[in-house]
Amino acid sequence: MQKFIRKNGIVVSIYLLGACTIWIALMIVLPQVFMLDFSFRFNLPPAKIGGPEDVYTLSNYSHLLFGRANNPESFNWLDTSVFGKTITAAIFVTIFDVVICYPIAFYLAQVAKGGYARFMVLSLIVPFWVNEILRAFAFRIIFSSSGLINTVGMGMGIWDEPFDFIKLDIALYAGLGYAFILLMIFPIYNAVESLDKNQLEAARDLGSPWWRIHWRVVIPFAKPGIASGCTMVFMLSAGALAAPQILGGPSSLWFTQIIYQWFNTGGNWPRGSSYAIVLLVTCTIFVMLMMRLFKVRLGEIAR
Amino acid sequence: MSADVQLEHVWIKFGSFVAVQDADLTIKGGEFFSFLGPSGCGKTTLLRTISGFQEPSEGKVFIGGRDMAGIGPNLRPTALIFQNLALFPLMAVWENITFSMEVRGVNKAGRRKRAEELLELIALSDQGEKKVSELSGGQRQRVAIARALCVEPEVLLLDEPLSALDLKLRQHMRAELRAIQKRVGITFIYITHDQGEALTMSDRVAVMSAGVVEQMADSETIYDRPESAFVASFVGENNALAGKISTIEGDQALVDTPFGPIRARLSESSRGALQPNGEAFLFVRPESLSFVNGDAGSFDNKIQAHIAEEQFEGNVRHLVLKGAGDKPLTMSVINAGRGLEYHVGSEVTLGFNSDLVVALPPGPLAAE
Repeated sequence: MQKFIRKNGIVVSIYLLGACTIWIALMIVLPQVFMLDFSFRFNLPPAKIGGPEDVYTLSNYSHLLFGRANNPESFNWLDTSVFGKTITAAIFVTIFDVVICYPIAFYLAQVAKGGYARFMVLSLIVPFWVNEILRAFAFRIIFSSSGLINTVGMGMGIWDEPFDFIKLDIALYAGLGYAFILLMIFPIYNAVESLDKNQLEAARDLGSPWWRIHWRVVIPFAKPGIASGCTMVFMLSAGALAAPQILGGPSSLWFTQIIYQWFNTGGNWPRGSSYAIVLLVTCTIFVMLMMRLFKVRLGEIAR
Repeated sequence: MSADVQLEHVWIKFGSFVAVQDADLTIKGGEFFSFLGPSGCGKTTLLRTISGFQEPSEGKVFIGGRDMAGIGPNLRPTALIFQNLALFPLMAVWENITFSMEVRGVNKAGRRKRAEELLELIALSDQGEKKVSELSGGQRQRVAIARALCVEPEVLLLDEPLSALDLKLRQHMRAELRAIQKRVGITFIYITHDQGEALTMSDRVAVMSAGVVEQMADSETIYDRPESAFVASFVGENNALAGKISTIEGDQALVDTPFGPIRARLSESSRGALQPNGEAFLFVRPESLSFVNGDAGSFDNKIQAHIAEEQFEGNVRHLVLKGAGDKPLTMSVINAGRGLEYHVGSEVTLGFNSDLVVALPPGPLAAE
């Protein structure tokens, strides 16, 4: 501590410590603690808060599994299936993004040179100046039954009936996949960029075909970057709200939409909090399991 | 097992820059051949052309008599050892060594067995499970050699692989490389800017400058009988003196220099090229100069100079000698442990025989 102060000077030290404390305590820990506390309480009218009925309960969590309290036998298929579907979809979006982004990141980091590489990076970034909602609606225009893809496809006679991309959730997956492309490309790019080109040439000189060079040399090297990208894309996909709201089919719900409904239209903050916490904990556990499975340490991701 | 490598009028150009100019030579099977030259002389480009990472702009590369045009590095009977070794950091040592077998689909047991053999060859038995980062510089060097040998190449290409090692280790690895080459009997093509490495290890050396092969011969010929001003100045220490030719008799020339007239041997390249009244560069090695006491000795060249500076290096003393002109001569005297009878400021007479002075056509010298 003394060392830290001596190294940075009093003013900078106080600023750094203060900013970090405020950031962590006020912005991250405290709100979550409140949410956690909410999630174990009944949804009471303001008058009764702090009264004798204001006690801790697990009813919000049991509601996710068993539904209404007056109907305890029936399992809450609606909410749990949406929950399962959300997690599965987020996994698919993540895999989709890895498959799309790894080649781009590799190309940018190892193959493209100078101005051309900068142009490519720019053309990846600039579309993200358009705000999220607008982008989602643009996807709707592309994928709707009278949209660009259907018009072109039918115009060229490839198919006769318009595809309902929205009902099939294809628009949603495409929208989510696209939304997080940069979060996947840049960590992988960072990792691959530090790979010595000679390693690629050495592998090639030893007779390796291109796919084995990737499998044995590049991907193991880029693993922390891939893991970092996957973590972000998975977490953000599972927690996305705008894209499912706009691009989701009429019958499909995203778990975040249910949470949103509890908070907003339902006016039931405790229940919303409990659902949100279940989502957060599940996603965290899932990511940890995956990291264990692929032998990636948390420290490597932060590099 | 070992193949000869033939370069047939190879030119390599990058845009308007000519990296290699008309390389036309044959490296014999089983030979230890070095390309020696300063950085940027095109030697690495030439090596990349032999290994297949670079296609020649003109000319052809033959390995074992087979035209290599259009054959990629993964399909050539060559293995390349990179300057920074390029070992795979995330694989164990034994996996590194047998990567080429993994590519060919050899099963794990077979690869393990071969790894054991190669680890024994490089004296690293029981280090196979280690990560590359756990090895020392010299050990990594040997792993890189084993990895390349595992391919069972007909030609092994080495791109300054010793440059990252410290002096003692480098000298040790020279002997080791030479021994390995003798044992496996394949063609070694070695790239270096270090003339000591090239001269000690090679059967033959090609000295390159600015994309051109200046001279190709065995180490002794390169050192004793340089054919160009560049080779004379780049390989080993040499005193260069510019002068004007007064007469030429047979294979000897009499040249006027700031130290007075000096009798010199004509190299093969300078016969016919040098004419009376023309310019010539004379080269005499620091170790070829001797002190003359009275009229003892039968030197056909004698010059007067005074000792301007003395540098003691342990096994030798370097004396900087000044005569009439600005350009000093350097003389190296073996330290016999008795000190010198001359000191800084002494006027001395130096003698050297004309067959140890070579007259060459003027040309660019190696940068100091």
